[in-house]
Amino acid sequence: MEGRVRHISLSGAALLLVCSNVLLTTAALAAEPMTIDTEQVIKPQVKRTNVSEPRIDAEDFEVGVFGGMMSVEDFGVNPVFGIRTAYHISEDFFVEAAVGQSKTTKTSYERLSGAAELITSDERLLRYYNLSVGYNLLPGEVFIKGKYAFNTALYIIGGIGSTHFAGNDRFTLSIGSGYRFLATDWLAIHGDLRDLIFDMDLFGKNQITNNIEMSLGATVFF
Amino acid sequence: MVETGFIFRNMRIAVLLLISQYLLSGLAYGAEQYRVVKIADPFIELRTGAGRGYPVFLVVERGETITLLKRKTDWFKVRTKENQEGWVDLKQLQQTLSPTGEKTQFAGIALSDFQRYRWQIGVSGGDYGGAREINLYAGHRFAAHLSAELGITQALGSYSSSLAAKASLLAHPFTQWRVSPFFAIGTGVVSTHPRTTLVQTQDRTDQFASVGIGVQTYIARRFVFRLEYNDHIVFSATNAHDTNEEIYEWKAGFAIFL
Repeated sequence: MEGRVRHISLSGAALLLVCSNVLLTTAALAAEPMTIDTEQVIKPQVKRTNVSEPRIDAEDFEVGVFGGMMSVEDFGVNPVFGIRTAYHISEDFFVEAAVGQSKTTKTSYERLSGAAELITSDERLLRYYNLSVGYNLLPGEVFIKGKYAFNTALYIIGGIGSTHFAGNDRFTLSIGSGYRFLATDWLAIHGDLRDLIFDMDLFGKNQITNNIEMSLGATVFF
Repeated sequence: MVETGFIFRNMRIAVLLLISQYLLSGLAYGAEQYRVVKIADPFIELRTGAGRGYPVFLVVERGETITLLKRKTDWFKVRTKENQEGWVDLKQLQQTLSPTGEKTQFAGIALSDFQRYRWQIGVSGGDYGGAREINLYAGHRFAAHLSAELGITQALGSYSSSLAAKASLLAHPFTQWRVSPFFAIGTGVVSTHPRTTLVQTQDRTDQFASVGIGVQTYIARRFVFRLEYNDHIVFSATNAHDTNEEIYEWKAGFAIFL
Protein backbone atom coordinates (compact mmCIF):
# COMPACT_ATOMS: atom_id res chain seq x y z
CA MET A 1 0.00 0.00 0.00
CA GLU A 2 2.71 2.35 1.09
CA GLY A 3 4.72 1.44 -1.97
CA ARG A 4 1.80 2.24 -4.26
CA VAL A 5 1.29 5.60 -2.66
CA ARG A 6 4.97 6.38 -3.16
CA HIS A 7 4.69 5.15 -6.72
CA ILE A 8 1.74 7.47 -7.40
CA SER A 9 3.51 10.44 -5.82
CA LEU A 10 6.59 9.67 -7.89
CA SER A 11 4.58 9.56 -11.11
CA GLY A 12 2.91 12.79 -9.93
CA ALA A 13 6.31 14.39 -9.66
CA ALA A 14 7.18 13.10 -13.12
CA LEU A 15 3.97 14.57 -14.50
CA LEU A 16 4.73 17.90 -12.86
CA LEU A 17 8.19 17.84 -14.39
CA VAL A 18 6.79 17.10 -17.84
CA CYS A 19 4.18 19.82 -17.49
CA SER A 20 6.65 22.41 -16.34
CA ASN A 21 8.97 21.35 -19.14
CA VAL A 22 6.22 21.82 -21.73
CA LEU A 23 5.31 25.21 -20.25
CA LEU A 24 8.91 26.35 -20.24
CA THR A 25 9.48 25.35 -23.84
CA THR A 26 6.29 27.08 -24.96
CA ALA A 27 7.36 30.15 -23.04
CA ALA A 28 10.75 29.99 -24.71
CA LEU A 29 9.11 29.57 -28.10
CA ALA A 30 6.80 32.47 -27.47
CA ALA A 31 9.70 34.64 -26.37
CA GLU A 32 11.72 33.85 -29.47
CA PRO A 33 10.37 34.85 -32.88
CA MET A 34 9.49 31.85 -35.04
CA THR A 35 12.53 31.32 -37.19
CA ILE A 36 12.82 28.74 -39.88
CA ASP A 37 16.29 27.33 -39.81
CA THR A 38 17.52 27.61 -43.37
CA GLU A 39 21.18 26.75 -43.34
CA GLN A 40 22.82 28.74 -46.13
CA VAL A 41 25.44 26.89 -48.10
CA ILE A 42 27.44 29.98 -48.91
CA LYS A 43 27.46 32.74 -46.39
CA PRO A 44 28.23 36.09 -48.04
CA GLN A 45 31.03 37.97 -46.36
CA VAL A 46 29.89 41.33 -47.75
CA LYS A 47 29.51 44.06 -45.20
CA ARG A 48 26.49 46.09 -46.15
CA THR A 49 27.04 49.82 -46.29
CA ASN A 50 24.11 51.71 -44.95
CA VAL A 51 22.94 54.17 -47.60
CA SER A 52 19.88 55.79 -46.12
CA GLU A 53 19.50 59.39 -47.34
CA PRO A 54 22.32 61.13 -45.54
CA ARG A 55 23.87 64.56 -45.58
CA ILE A 56 21.54 66.23 -48.02
CA ASP A 57 21.01 69.73 -46.77
CA ALA A 58 17.23 70.21 -46.63
CA GLU A 59 16.28 73.87 -46.77
CA ASP A 60 12.63 73.82 -45.75
CA PHE A 61 12.84 76.40 -42.96
CA GLU A 62 12.83 80.12 -43.48
CA VAL A 63 13.57 82.80 -40.89
CA GLY A 64 13.87 86.55 -41.22
CA VAL A 65 12.91 90.07 -40.28
CA PHE A 66 10.47 92.55 -41.73
CA GLY A 67 9.66 96.22 -41.41
CA GLY A 68 7.05 98.56 -42.78
CA MET A 69 4.07 100.68 -41.95
CA MET A 70 0.95 99.66 -40.09
CA SER A 71 -2.34 101.47 -39.96
CA VAL A 72 -4.15 100.88 -36.66
CA GLU A 73 -7.73 102.06 -36.86
CA ASP A 74 -8.05 105.49 -35.12
CA PHE A 75 -4.44 105.31 -33.92
CA GLY A 76 -2.57 106.47 -37.00
CA VAL A 77 -0.15 104.93 -39.47
CA ASN A 78 3.14 104.04 -37.80
CA PRO A 79 6.31 102.02 -38.36
CA VAL A 80 6.06 98.30 -37.63
CA PHE A 81 8.78 95.65 -37.42
CA GLY A 82 8.98 91.99 -36.53
CA ILE A 83 10.30 88.47 -37.05
CA ARG A 84 8.87 85.72 -39.22
CA THR A 85 9.69 82.06 -39.50
CA ALA A 86 8.19 79.56 -41.91
CA TYR A 87 8.30 75.85 -42.71
CA HIS A 88 7.64 74.73 -46.27
CA ILE A 89 5.54 71.58 -46.25
CA SER A 90 5.45 71.14 -50.02
CA GLU A 91 6.08 73.30 -53.04
CA ASP A 92 2.52 74.63 -52.57
CA PHE A 93 1.96 75.00 -48.84
CA PHE A 94 3.84 76.51 -45.93
CA VAL A 95 3.14 77.40 -42.31
CA GLU A 96 4.34 80.60 -40.74
CA ALA A 97 4.72 82.11 -37.28
CA ALA A 98 5.23 85.85 -36.90
CA VAL A 99 5.58 88.43 -34.16
CA GLY A 100 5.48 92.17 -34.71
CA GLN A 101 5.14 95.45 -32.91
CA SER A 102 4.20 99.03 -33.64
CA LYS A 103 4.11 102.13 -31.45
CA THR A 104 0.80 103.79 -32.20
CA THR A 105 0.09 107.50 -31.94
CA LYS A 106 -2.80 109.58 -30.61
CA THR A 107 -6.28 109.42 -32.07
CA SER A 108 -7.57 112.59 -33.72
CA TYR A 109 -9.99 112.99 -30.81
CA GLU A 110 -7.10 113.06 -28.34
CA ARG A 111 -5.24 115.61 -30.44
CA LEU A 112 -8.23 117.90 -30.89
CA SER A 113 -9.52 117.78 -27.33
CA GLY A 114 -6.04 118.52 -26.01
CA ALA A 115 -6.16 117.04 -22.54
CA ALA A 116 -8.07 113.73 -22.46
CA GLU A 117 -5.93 110.66 -23.08
CA LEU A 118 -7.83 107.46 -23.84
CA ILE A 119 -4.98 105.09 -23.08
CA THR A 120 -1.62 105.33 -21.34
CA SER A 121 1.67 105.61 -23.17
CA ASP A 122 2.53 101.95 -22.41
CA GLU A 123 -0.81 100.80 -23.76
CA ARG A 124 -0.08 102.47 -27.09
CA LEU A 125 2.48 99.82 -27.92
CA LEU A 126 0.79 97.22 -30.12
CA ARG A 127 2.27 93.74 -30.16
CA TYR A 128 0.92 90.77 -32.05
CA TYR A 129 1.74 87.20 -32.92
CA ASN A 130 0.06 84.94 -35.42
CA LEU A 131 0.22 81.41 -36.82
CA SER A 132 -0.73 81.08 -40.45
CA VAL A 133 -0.97 78.75 -43.41
CA GLY A 134 0.19 80.03 -46.78
CA TYR A 135 -0.34 78.85 -50.32
CA ASN A 136 1.97 79.65 -53.23
CA LEU A 137 -0.70 80.76 -55.65
CA LEU A 138 1.41 82.04 -58.53
CA PRO A 139 4.92 80.60 -58.60
CA GLY A 140 7.06 81.97 -61.39
CA GLU A 141 10.26 83.37 -62.71
CA VAL A 142 11.25 86.98 -63.41
CA PHE A 143 13.95 88.12 -65.80
CA ILE A 144 16.17 91.12 -65.35
CA LYS A 145 17.89 92.45 -68.49
CA GLY A 146 17.74 89.10 -70.23
CA LYS A 147 20.79 87.94 -68.33
CA TYR A 148 19.43 87.14 -64.88
CA ALA A 149 16.50 84.93 -63.92
CA PHE A 150 15.04 84.76 -60.43
CA ASN A 151 12.40 82.48 -58.95
CA THR A 152 9.43 84.16 -57.34
CA ALA A 153 6.05 83.32 -55.87
CA LEU A 154 2.92 85.25 -55.13
CA TYR A 155 1.31 83.68 -52.10
CA ILE A 156 -1.87 84.08 -50.11
CA ILE A 157 -1.82 83.59 -46.38
CA GLY A 158 -4.26 83.47 -43.48
CA GLY A 159 -4.13 82.64 -39.80
CA ILE A 160 -5.04 83.28 -36.20
CA GLY A 161 -3.22 84.98 -33.37
CA SER A 162 -3.41 87.51 -30.61
CA THR A 163 -2.82 91.25 -30.46
CA HIS A 164 -1.92 93.01 -27.24
CA PHE A 165 -3.11 96.59 -27.48
CA ALA A 166 -4.76 99.17 -25.21
CA GLY A 167 -4.36 96.93 -22.15
CA ASN A 168 -5.98 93.81 -23.53
CA ASP A 169 -5.19 90.71 -25.55
CA ARG A 170 -7.40 90.52 -28.61
CA PHE A 171 -8.05 87.49 -30.76
CA THR A 172 -6.79 88.35 -34.22
CA LEU A 173 -7.54 87.00 -37.67
CA SER A 174 -4.94 87.80 -40.27
CA ILE A 175 -5.32 87.55 -44.02
CA GLY A 176 -3.12 88.82 -46.76
CA SER A 177 -0.82 88.12 -49.59
CA GLY A 178 2.86 88.44 -50.31
CA TYR A 179 5.51 88.25 -52.96
CA ARG A 180 8.65 86.18 -52.45
CA PHE A 181 11.68 86.99 -54.58
CA LEU A 182 14.49 84.44 -54.33
CA ALA A 183 17.71 86.42 -54.78
CA THR A 184 19.63 83.15 -54.27
CA ASP A 185 18.54 79.66 -53.23
CA TRP A 186 18.81 80.63 -49.61
CA LEU A 187 18.01 84.35 -49.54
CA ALA A 188 14.51 85.70 -50.18
CA ILE A 189 13.11 89.21 -50.30
CA HIS A 190 9.46 89.55 -49.29
CA GLY A 191 6.84 92.20 -49.92
CA ASP A 192 3.74 91.67 -47.80
CA LEU A 193 0.30 93.12 -47.32
CA ARG A 194 -1.69 91.87 -44.32
CA ASP A 195 -4.97 92.75 -42.72
CA LEU A 196 -5.06 92.14 -38.96
CA ILE A 197 -8.67 91.96 -37.88
CA PHE A 198 -9.54 92.29 -34.19
CA ASP A 199 -12.28 93.67 -31.92
CA MET A 200 -11.92 97.02 -30.14
CA ASP A 201 -14.24 98.06 -27.33
CA LEU A 202 -12.41 101.22 -26.37
CA PHE A 203 -14.99 103.65 -27.70
CA GLY A 204 -17.96 102.30 -25.77
CA LYS A 205 -19.12 99.94 -28.48
CA ASN A 206 -17.52 96.68 -29.55
CA GLN A 207 -16.45 96.99 -33.15
CA ILE A 208 -14.35 95.04 -35.63
CA THR A 209 -11.24 96.88 -36.77
CA ASN A 210 -9.23 96.25 -39.92
CA ASN A 211 -5.58 97.11 -39.50
CA ILE A 212 -3.51 97.08 -42.63
CA GLU A 213 0.20 96.32 -42.50
CA MET A 214 2.54 96.81 -45.45
CA SER A 215 6.03 95.45 -45.08
CA LEU A 216 9.27 94.54 -46.75
CA GLY A 217 11.37 91.71 -45.39
CA ALA A 218 14.36 89.45 -45.89
CA THR A 219 14.54 85.77 -44.97
CA VAL A 220 17.11 83.01 -45.18
CA PHE A 221 16.35 79.36 -45.90
CA PHE A 222 18.01 76.65 -43.84
CA MET B 1 1.25 92.66 -20.56
CA VAL B 2 3.42 90.51 -18.34
CA GLU B 3 2.44 87.36 -20.24
CA THR B 4 3.01 88.87 -23.63
CA GLY B 5 6.37 90.22 -22.54
CA PHE B 6 7.28 86.79 -21.31
CA ILE B 7 6.30 85.19 -24.63
CA PHE B 8 8.25 87.77 -26.59
CA ARG B 9 11.35 87.27 -24.49
CA ASN B 10 11.12 83.53 -24.93
CA MET B 11 10.61 83.88 -28.67
CA ARG B 12 13.70 86.02 -28.90
CA ILE B 13 15.71 83.31 -27.16
CA ALA B 14 14.19 80.67 -29.44
CA VAL B 15 15.10 82.65 -32.55
CA LEU B 16 18.64 83.18 -31.31
CA LEU B 17 18.92 79.47 -30.64
CA LEU B 18 17.63 78.68 -34.12
CA ILE B 19 20.13 81.01 -35.73
CA SER B 20 23.06 79.65 -33.75
CA GLN B 21 21.97 76.12 -34.62
CA TYR B 22 21.85 77.09 -38.27
CA LEU B 23 25.33 78.54 -38.13
CA LEU B 24 26.66 75.41 -36.43
CA SER B 25 24.95 73.07 -38.88
CA GLY B 26 26.30 75.23 -41.71
CA LEU B 27 29.80 74.59 -40.41
CA ALA B 28 29.09 70.88 -40.20
CA TYR B 29 27.74 70.77 -43.74
CA GLY B 30 30.72 72.67 -45.04
CA ALA B 31 32.99 69.94 -43.79
CA GLU B 32 30.98 67.12 -45.37
CA GLN B 33 31.00 65.87 -48.93
CA TYR B 34 28.05 65.92 -51.30
CA ARG B 35 26.28 62.77 -52.30
CA VAL B 36 26.97 61.39 -55.80
CA VAL B 37 24.42 59.09 -57.45
CA LYS B 38 24.00 57.28 -60.75
CA ILE B 39 20.76 57.68 -62.71
CA ALA B 40 18.73 54.49 -63.26
CA ASP B 41 15.60 56.00 -64.84
CA PRO B 42 15.73 56.35 -68.68
CA PHE B 43 16.27 60.06 -68.11
CA ILE B 44 15.70 62.78 -65.52
CA GLU B 45 14.57 66.34 -66.10
CA LEU B 46 16.35 69.34 -64.65
CA ARG B 47 14.17 72.38 -64.01
CA THR B 48 15.10 75.98 -63.37
CA GLY B 49 13.29 76.06 -60.03
CA ALA B 50 11.99 73.87 -57.23
CA GLY B 51 8.46 73.41 -58.57
CA ARG B 52 6.53 71.48 -61.20
CA GLY B 53 5.79 74.64 -63.23
CA TYR B 54 9.38 75.64 -63.88
CA PRO B 55 10.66 74.87 -67.37
CA VAL B 56 12.84 71.84 -68.09
CA PHE B 57 16.15 73.06 -69.49
CA LEU B 58 18.23 69.92 -69.44
CA VAL B 59 17.75 66.16 -69.61
CA VAL B 60 20.30 63.78 -68.11
CA GLU B 61 20.33 60.18 -69.33
CA ARG B 62 20.57 56.85 -67.60
CA GLY B 63 24.02 55.84 -66.43
CA GLU B 64 25.33 59.34 -65.87
CA THR B 65 26.28 60.50 -62.40
CA ILE B 66 24.95 63.60 -60.70
CA THR B 67 25.77 65.32 -57.41
CA LEU B 68 22.98 66.09 -54.97
CA LEU B 69 23.53 69.55 -53.51
CA LYS B 70 20.48 70.32 -51.43
CA ARG B 71 16.81 69.66 -50.96
CA LYS B 72 13.73 71.92 -50.80
CA THR B 73 10.51 70.09 -49.93
CA ASP B 74 10.39 67.26 -52.55
CA TRP B 75 12.87 68.85 -54.95
CA PHE B 76 16.60 68.19 -55.15
CA LYS B 77 19.15 70.60 -56.50
CA VAL B 78 21.66 68.59 -58.54
CA ARG B 79 24.87 69.28 -60.42
CA THR B 80 25.79 67.40 -63.58
CA LYS B 81 29.30 66.41 -64.66
CA GLU B 82 29.28 69.45 -66.98
CA ASN B 83 28.68 71.66 -63.93
CA GLN B 84 25.12 72.57 -64.81
CA GLU B 85 22.75 72.94 -61.88
CA GLY B 86 19.01 72.37 -61.79
CA TRP B 87 16.14 70.99 -59.72
CA VAL B 88 14.86 67.41 -59.95
CA ASP B 89 11.68 65.93 -58.48
CA LEU B 90 12.05 63.29 -55.77
CA LYS B 91 9.99 60.80 -57.85
CA GLN B 92 12.60 60.80 -60.62
CA LEU B 93 15.39 60.11 -58.16
CA GLN B 94 13.79 57.16 -56.43
CA GLN B 95 15.37 54.72 -58.86
CA THR B 96 18.90 56.15 -58.63
CA LEU B 97 21.89 54.06 -57.70
CA SER B 98 24.89 54.71 -55.57
CA PRO B 99 28.24 54.79 -57.44
CA THR B 100 28.80 51.15 -56.49
CA GLY B 101 25.52 50.10 -58.09
CA GLU B 102 23.37 49.63 -55.01
CA LYS B 103 19.88 51.01 -54.97
CA THR B 104 19.58 54.13 -52.82
CA GLN B 105 16.72 55.06 -50.59
CA PHE B 106 15.24 58.52 -50.82
CA ALA B 107 12.75 57.76 -48.18
CA GLY B 108 9.83 60.08 -48.18
CA ILE B 109 8.15 60.21 -44.81
CA ALA B 110 5.24 57.79 -44.80
CA LEU B 111 2.41 56.47 -42.68
CA SER B 112 4.75 53.93 -41.11
CA ASP B 113 6.82 56.80 -39.69
CA PHE B 114 3.68 58.29 -38.18
CA GLN B 115 2.94 54.97 -36.49
CA ARG B 116 6.39 55.04 -34.91
CA TYR B 117 6.73 58.76 -34.14
CA ARG B 118 8.41 59.82 -30.91
CA TRP B 119 7.98 63.60 -30.76
CA GLN B 120 5.19 65.86 -31.81
CA ILE B 121 4.82 69.64 -31.83
CA GLY B 122 1.64 71.36 -32.90
CA VAL B 123 -0.64 74.36 -32.92
CA SER B 124 -4.39 74.54 -32.82
CA GLY B 125 -7.27 76.94 -32.57
CA GLY B 126 -10.74 76.49 -31.18
CA ASP B 127 -13.27 77.37 -28.55
CA TYR B 128 -12.54 77.52 -24.81
CA GLY B 129 -15.80 77.98 -22.93
CA GLY B 130 -17.05 80.55 -25.43
CA ALA B 131 -13.72 82.31 -25.85
CA ARG B 132 -11.55 81.86 -28.92
CA GLU B 133 -8.31 80.08 -28.18
CA ILE B 134 -4.86 79.49 -29.63
CA ASN B 135 -2.87 76.57 -28.39
CA LEU B 136 0.75 75.42 -28.69
CA TYR B 137 1.89 72.03 -27.46
CA ALA B 138 4.74 69.53 -27.54
CA GLY B 139 4.48 65.83 -26.81
CA HIS B 140 6.77 62.85 -26.30
CA ARG B 141 5.58 59.30 -26.90
CA PHE B 142 7.62 57.47 -24.32
CA ALA B 143 5.84 54.12 -24.70
CA ALA B 144 4.07 52.48 -27.61
CA HIS B 145 0.61 53.57 -26.51
CA LEU B 146 1.34 56.44 -24.12
CA SER B 147 2.52 59.99 -24.56
CA ALA B 148 3.10 62.99 -22.30
CA GLU B 149 2.33 66.51 -23.40
CA LEU B 150 2.93 70.08 -22.30
CA GLY B 151 0.86 72.89 -23.71
CA ILE B 152 0.12 76.59 -23.47
CA THR B 153 -3.31 77.97 -24.33
CA GLN B 154 -4.28 81.57 -24.75
CA ALA B 155 -8.05 82.13 -24.67
CA LEU B 156 -9.45 85.48 -25.71
CA GLY B 157 -13.05 86.23 -24.80
CA SER B 158 -15.30 89.26 -24.69
CA TYR B 159 -14.98 89.70 -20.93
CA SER B 160 -11.61 88.25 -20.13
CA SER B 161 -8.50 86.70 -21.53
CA SER B 162 -6.70 83.79 -19.96
CA LEU B 163 -3.45 81.94 -20.26
CA ALA B 164 -3.31 78.27 -19.29
CA ALA B 165 -0.40 75.86 -18.93
CA LYS B 166 -1.24 72.18 -18.93
CA ALA B 167 0.51 68.83 -18.57
CA SER B 168 -1.34 65.79 -19.82
CA LEU B 169 -1.05 62.08 -20.34
CA LEU B 170 -2.47 60.54 -23.51
CA ALA B 171 -3.35 56.95 -24.32
CA HIS B 172 -3.27 55.91 -27.98
CA PRO B 173 -4.89 52.47 -28.17
CA PHE B 174 -4.80 52.15 -31.97
CA THR B 175 -1.43 53.44 -33.14
CA GLN B 176 -1.56 51.33 -36.31
CA TRP B 177 -4.55 53.21 -37.67
CA ARG B 178 -4.21 56.18 -40.00
CA VAL B 179 -7.04 57.86 -38.08
CA SER B 180 -5.91 57.19 -34.54
CA PRO B 181 -8.11 58.07 -31.55
CA PHE B 182 -6.69 59.02 -28.15
CA PHE B 183 -7.83 59.64 -24.60
CA ALA B 184 -6.33 62.26 -22.31
CA ILE B 185 -6.20 63.34 -18.71
CA GLY B 186 -4.47 66.52 -17.66
CA THR B 187 -3.89 69.14 -15.06
CA GLY B 188 -2.54 72.67 -14.96
CA VAL B 189 -3.05 76.27 -13.97
CA VAL B 190 -5.09 78.96 -15.66
CA SER B 191 -4.61 82.65 -15.05
CA THR B 192 -7.56 84.84 -15.97
CA HIS B 193 -7.28 88.53 -16.70
CA PRO B 194 -10.62 90.39 -17.02
CA ARG B 195 -10.83 93.10 -19.66
CA THR B 196 -9.66 96.48 -18.41
CA THR B 197 -12.81 98.14 -19.70
CA LEU B 198 -14.80 96.23 -17.05
CA VAL B 199 -14.54 97.93 -13.67
CA GLN B 200 -13.64 96.32 -10.32
CA THR B 201 -12.29 93.04 -11.51
CA GLN B 202 -9.22 91.17 -10.41
CA ASP B 203 -6.79 88.79 -12.00
CA ARG B 204 -6.93 85.29 -10.61
CA THR B 205 -5.05 82.04 -10.96
CA ASP B 206 -6.71 78.65 -10.49
CA GLN B 207 -5.76 75.02 -10.82
CA PHE B 208 -7.74 72.77 -13.12
CA ALA B 209 -8.06 69.13 -14.14
CA SER B 210 -9.31 67.85 -17.46
CA VAL B 211 -10.39 64.77 -19.36
CA GLY B 212 -10.46 64.63 -23.11
CA ILE B 213 -10.94 62.61 -26.23
CA GLY B 214 -9.57 63.23 -29.67
CA VAL B 215 -8.35 61.90 -32.93
CA GLN B 216 -5.20 62.45 -34.95
CA THR B 217 -4.89 61.73 -38.65
CA TYR B 218 -1.78 61.38 -40.75
CA ILE B 219 -1.94 63.75 -43.74
CA ALA B 220 1.38 63.73 -45.59
CA ARG B 221 5.10 64.09 -44.98
CA ARG B 222 5.49 64.93 -41.30
CA PHE B 223 2.05 66.43 -40.87
CA VAL B 224 -0.80 65.38 -38.65
CA PHE B 225 -4.29 66.83 -38.34
CA ARG B 226 -5.73 66.71 -34.86
CA LEU B 227 -9.20 67.26 -33.43
CA GLU B 228 -9.74 67.30 -29.68
CA TYR B 229 -12.44 67.83 -27.07
CA ASN B 230 -11.73 68.47 -23.40
CA ASP B 231 -13.82 68.94 -20.30
CA HIS B 232 -12.08 71.13 -17.69
CA ILE B 233 -12.97 71.49 -14.04
CA VAL B 234 -11.46 74.75 -12.76
CA PHE B 235 -11.10 74.68 -8.98
CA SER B 236 -12.35 78.23 -8.52
CA ALA B 237 -14.62 77.54 -5.53
CA THR B 238 -13.37 79.56 -2.57
CA ASN B 239 -15.65 78.02 0.07
CA ALA B 240 -17.77 74.93 0.51
CA HIS B 241 -20.90 76.51 -0.94
CA ASP B 242 -19.35 77.62 -4.19
CA THR B 243 -19.31 75.39 -7.23
CA ASN B 244 -16.30 74.81 -9.40
CA GLU B 245 -16.36 76.17 -12.89
CA GLU B 246 -16.69 73.74 -15.76
CA ILE B 247 -15.24 74.68 -19.14
CA TYR B 248 -15.78 72.76 -22.37
CA GLU B 249 -13.08 73.09 -24.96
CA TRP B 250 -12.78 71.88 -28.53
CA LYS B 251 -9.89 72.55 -30.84
CA ALA B 252 -8.51 71.58 -34.23
CA GLY B 253 -4.99 71.98 -35.50
CA PHE B 254 -1.87 70.66 -37.14
CA ALA B 255 1.23 69.00 -35.77
CA ILE B 256 4.62 67.97 -37.05
CA PHE B 257 6.05 64.67 -35.78
CA LEU B 258 9.63 63.49 -35.52
